[in-house]
Amino acid sequence: MLLVVLEHDRGTLSEPAREALTFGRTLAAKLGVEMHAALIGTCDAGPDQAAAEAGDHGAVRVYTVAHEVLSDFGPEAWGESVAQLVGALEPAAVLACGSERGNEVIAQAAARLDCPFVANCTDITPPAGDSGEWTVTRIQWGGSLLEDATLVAAGAALLTCGLHTVAAASVEPAGAGPPEIQAVTVDLDAELARTVVKDRVVLEAGVTLPTAPVVVGGGRGVGSAEGFAPLEELADLLGGRVGCSRAVTNNGWRPHSDQVGQTGTRIAPEVYIASGISGAIQHWVGAMGSKHILAVNIDPEANMVVKANWAVIGDLHQVIPAISAEIRRRRDRP
Amino acid sequence: MRILCCVKRVPAPGAKINVTADGLAVDAAHLGFTTSPHEECGVEEAVQIAERTGGEVTVLTLGAADAAEQLRYAASVGAHHGVLIQTDGAAWDPQRTARALTAAIESLEADGGVFDLILFGNESADSGGFQVGVRVCHALGRPIVNGIKGIEVDGAVMRARREIDGGFEVYELSLPAALGVKEGINLPRYPTMRGRLASKKLQITTLELDADIGEQALVRLHRPTETVSQTVILGDGPDAAPAAVDVLEELGVL
Amino acid sequence: MSEFPASAKCVVIGAGIVGNCLVGHLTKLGWSDLVLIDKGPLPNPGGSTGHASNFIFPVDHNKEMCLLGVQSANQYRDLGLSVDSGGIEVARTPERMDELQRRMTSAAAWGVEAQLLTPEEVVELVPFVNTEVILGGFYCPTVSVVDSLETGTVMRRLAVDAGCRVLANTEVLDIGTEPGPNPGDHTVTSVVTDAGTIETEYVVIACGVWSNRLANMAGAHIPLVPAVHQMADVGPMDILAETGNEIGYPIVRDMDTFCYERQTAGSMEVGSYAHRPIFHHPDDIPSNEEAALSPTEMPFTPDDFDPQMEQAIELMDMLGDAEIKYAINGLLSLTPDAMPCLGEVPEVRNLWSAAAVWVKEGPGMAQVVAEWMTFGYPRVIDAHGADIARFYPEERPDEHIWARSAEHFNKTYGIVHPAEQWESRRNLRVGPYFSRQQDLGAFFFQARTWERPQWFESNADLVERYGLGEREVEWDNRWWSPITNAEHLNLRDNCGLVDLSAFQIFELTGPGAVAYADRLAVNKIDVAVGRSIYTPWLTPDGGFHSDLTMMRMGPERVRIVTGVFDGGRDEFWTRRHMPADGSVSFANITDEITTLGLWGPNAAAVLGALCDADLSQAGSPYGSLVEVALDCGAGRRVEATLFRISYVGDAGWEIYLRWDDGPAVWDTLMRVGADYGLRPTGGGVYGTSGRLEKGYRLMGAELESEYNPLEAGLARPRVKAADFIGKEAYLAARQAGDPEVQMCVLTVEDLHDSRGRKRYMQGGNEPILTAGGERIVDSHGRVSRVTTAGPGPSVGKHLLMAYLPSELSAAGTELQVMYMNERFPVRVAGTGAVFDPDDTRMKS
Repeated sequence: MLLVVLEHDRGTLSEPAREALTFGRTLAAKLGVEMHAALIGTCDAGPDQAAAEAGDHGAVRVYTVAHEVLSDFGPEAWGESVAQLVGALEPAAVLACGSERGNEVIAQAAARLDCPFVANCTDITPPAGDSGEWTVTRIQWGGSLLEDATLVAAGAALLTCGLHTVAAASVEPAGAGPPEIQAVTVDLDAELARTVVKDRVVLEAGVTLPTAPVVVGGGRGVGSAEGFAPLEELADLLGGRVGCSRAVTNNGWRPHSDQVGQTGTRIAPEVYIASGISGAIQHWVGAMGSKHILAVNIDPEANMVVKANWAVIGDLHQVIPAISAEIRRRRDRP
Repeated sequence: MRILCCVKRVPAPGAKINVTADGLAVDAAHLGFTTSPHEECGVEEAVQIAERTGGEVTVLTLGAADAAEQLRYAASVGAHHGVLIQTDGAAWDPQRTARALTAAIESLEADGGVFDLILFGNESADSGGFQVGVRVCHALGRPIVNGIKGIEVDGAVMRARREIDGGFEVYELSLPAALGVKEGINLPRYPTMRGRLASKKLQITTLELDADIGEQALVRLHRPTETVSQTVILGDGPDAAPAAVDVLEELGVL
Repeated sequence: MSEFPASAKCVVIGAGIVGNCLVGHLTKLGWSDLVLIDKGPLPNPGGSTGHASNFIFPVDHNKEMCLLGVQSANQYRDLGLSVDSGGIEVARTPERMDELQRRMTSAAAWGVEAQLLTPEEVVELVPFVNTEVILGGFYCPTVSVVDSLETGTVMRRLAVDAGCRVLANTEVLDIGTEPGPNPGDHTVTSVVTDAGTIETEYVVIACGVWSNRLANMAGAHIPLVPAVHQMADVGPMDILAETGNEIGYPIVRDMDTFCYERQTAGSMEVGSYAHRPIFHHPDDIPSNEEAALSPTEMPFTPDDFDPQMEQAIELMDMLGDAEIKYAINGLLSLTPDAMPCLGEVPEVRNLWSAAAVWVKEGPGMAQVVAEWMTFGYPRVIDAHGADIARFYPEERPDEHIWARSAEHFNKTYGIVHPAEQWESRRNLRVGPYFSRQQDLGAFFFQARTWERPQWFESNADLVERYGLGEREVEWDNRWWSPITNAEHLNLRDNCGLVDLSAFQIFELTGPGAVAYADRLAVNKIDVAVGRSIYTPWLTPDGGFHSDLTMMRMGPERVRIVTGVFDGGRDEFWTRRHMPADGSVSFANITDEITTLGLWGPNAAAVLGALCDADLSQAGSPYGSLVEVALDCGAGRRVEATLFRISYVGDAGWEIYLRWDDGPAVWDTLMRVGADYGLRPTGGGVYGTSGRLEKGYRLMGAELESEYNPLEAGLARPRVKAADFIGKEAYLAARQAGDPEVQMCVLTVEDLHDSRGRKRYMQGGNEPILTAGGERIVDSHGRVSRVTTAGPGPSVGKHLLMAYLPSELSAAGTELQVMYMNERFPVRVAGTGAVFDPDDTRMKS
């Protein structure tokens, strides 16, 4: 049996959980075993909804684990729970998604079981015969390199799959109905409550440069501190932030905190609108985590244009205000 | 307050990382080295906490003799002590690394007392195993939470913040405890010239200890097949604005 | 994103400051169908321009570097992409204070505004300098900070607007060539890139640190090495940020620590030329993708920089507490002789080099190359010192490039004497008498690759005999010996034997040889067999390209004898202009022939003891060639060509011998000459004192492409009928009437400086001033300066040569020379010899 550890927020399954199940279906097939799932901790509205969703994604059985120290997420309590599930259920492998929580929980479990844990796999091949040696491909360097590795597991192999390695997909056509739900008891030391979430704070507003979904970047081509006003306007319209290149901070047009680059902030927005930025390596290193890039540049040969997904060739002083105007026009449309 | 920060020396590559012929390492012939970024923030955080609480910061690393450079770098930005677990420089698996760090920390604590706070980087920039800090803390019997982007120390209690969608979670740990920190927790200072010069005088404690090899083994490194994306030119000048906004709409950021 | 060009008139490789300015200048000069390629992105493809410190100190002792620096600064200024920040070179040592006096002298020569500052005055300009560690400063208000990336962009757009196609992110994989037009020649045909092949007539390599790799693709060499120059940005600092400018304070060069401090907005860039030489092979420079920053911003090696930090803090305490935000081992280009590599490469026709050029001289040097390609020779300035054809084969291997570059890197801010000799890579080429000369205690000077005795310690006895002594000030005495004056006087009294093995000797043969020789030379070469002709070769614009001797050896054979400093350039010029019809063959016979010079009142008697030839003026008149057999004893007879000529002012011969016969003749002459007062005599006499007393001009010193034969006083009464390169311009100059300036010899009338010490000008471009102390500049902007200086032992004066306007060139005119920032009275002696002006000694 392959045991997938479900990431959820008090009963609401997360995207990484669905990815893990999707990835796990293939792995279970390779292993020739069923895929089961572990739903650890409190579900505010009961486990049925989450279990059903897990079933839609291929889990044939869902283990629910309840305990007073599992009232909210806690890496040690969750990790200890996984470790005990491994002992009780003896799965061939344990899989979670390589999200922040997923990697942390499996690492906790591995530490407790004193067994290896391979994080962020993109491909997993179970042992041939009785060798006990798994072959995996995993992510290094944030995805710039892949590592082929072997894993020798005496018991269950502990693994995570790299975040977004697969796109979550339910079983098509729909499978054999809702999964079997089975409660499992764990024995947790009350001391493990020491790392359970104590409080949550919801941020009202104000995105930061590293977390902004949109960054509007300006370079030397902006020309002055005042030249950033249209960029600010566009960033505001999109709920984003303004970033800049080193040349800009060197000229004193923006504070260093706005600098994107090797010596500034590394950003990872959904889209980076890079205007008047040539794309010097120094800057690129900070911007390359962007999921998409829209370049606005007068020079079609500029590095940033070449590296962008989309580009508008032209003077940013005209193009950026035109984009803002177009956004406003569409929003005003009834 | 005694603070320990564990750091790793890693190459500082460009957009394309080359691998040595045997596939076992990054070809660093023309690369500089740096402290893994999360850990660089860890050092900064440790120094800031020490500055606020009047503590002392020890930096611990495991690697070849060259890794002393990262200890000096930490000293140049305010760390007080440097400890090197000297190896032959080959990549160690996470279990082996964790065992060696555990032994080193036990030894340092036996000599100088328990570290109130141990900081790890959330994961290393190169191998990204996501587990060494957790393993060390479990072995030491000490609590640890990863993904931390904010720390407040208040006497014997520490509040730590971890980002989630739309906000953050708060953890409250009694000291001694450990945290895995992430870039963004602070903006690490650069060394000053005087700091750099002073760091050359840092007395580095070198520990020679080995640990059992774990069950995960590197076979080879390789580059993923690249998908070359062709830039789509949306148009020239302000007339291209509608096309640009179409793209933003598609991406769902409008 | 435009269609890939299948062909072009000219492909320029490299879009740094040089390549961009080059396509701009070529466009201005009327070129079209240009292609500019770079493997990196624009506007910063990742070469040295991208991390340049972008400042220009306009004063350099070297004329080419100084004037092209000023020219470049003006081009940046004209584009509005430059700020005059001012700059100060500070001195920490007395030696440096002397050097700053010398800087003042060069500033006066080139007309650059400058003044010396006390430490207190330095602090008035740069308040954060610690006065306790400095003795003074040299302030230049026109030191400028330029925007090299934007300048490149503007120049590139200028070309693009005229049709130049730009291929960024396109890597050159090969440069195609084909054999011809003459045997041994190759001509460029194409540029092969990762995006396709471009057929082209011309290729220019402007690839900075990668240039030699590109040249190698075509079987050529651009002798330079990528070298590290460390720099660190530290900051922010309020006092800098408060200026609100990219640069608000003058740049400070801390000369004695080989370091500079240059403000960049709120930070200070500290740059160093003090660390160990760190070189990289071009193949080892990472690609744009592999580099953490850019390919030429290599990982910083802090251990190398630590001493500079301490020194920087000494000078500016505030730097100590500023954060090191950015630090690199930046790559730049170094060459074996610290001069750029400009011009057509000698190995491949139509393949040009515009390399080893820094931002400070980029636009000017791009203009030089563009003019060279357009007009056949640069117009803005004579660029012979940067001509890539200057290199000999021994100067092209990496071993030589690295050794020499390692030696001069730390002299970037060094105090370099005009006569300074290299320590590395000596004895590359030696004459057949080398071991004998070593035994005689020869002190060798190296001329490019050739070792030549400058004086012989074995003649030390003559110093006492003539009552000579050392010079008073160490600087004047450095690389000099009174023995050279003693050898001079002995030659005038008796005779001297001079090793001229470094002469570069070529032969033209074939039915077209004489006609071709006439096409090269101003003077007529189609003369009787057995005659030799001293002649200029001109550039197409009528200035000097060369100054040498040609010998009609046979009906279809012409020998060319030129000086060692110009052998490479002259060989290339000769081969480059050769007809392609096969009527002329070229051979370099330097290695086959050795030359000895024998001059002095007793020369005929000494030589007469070895042969039966009629050595009288009648039997062997001045300028004649005589074939003789020299009796070297023990029955050995050696064939020799005697050429009666003199560069030192006394009668005698250049004796041309087969290389292997040289030692026997040397030994015989030394043995026979012992009774006639013959002494081995060094280059100090041959090249300087003997020549100066006779007012003979030297290529590269007095003779440059900026001057014509009329101005140099080398015009003959009539112009030959045959066509020759530069004839049209030469005729025009003759028709224009009297030349505006004339080459003159001047005597220094009082050598004493303000401290009562005798000083001796070195010939390092010291300015000649009017009696009232004004600079002397002609209508072309050419400045009157010392082209050669040296002793005139036979006339008892220190002698100078300089071009002077006609109204100041009359004998007896009283002027001044500036040396070490002091003025000394000089008097014009005339346009010819100060010793034996009627040549009676030479022609008796």
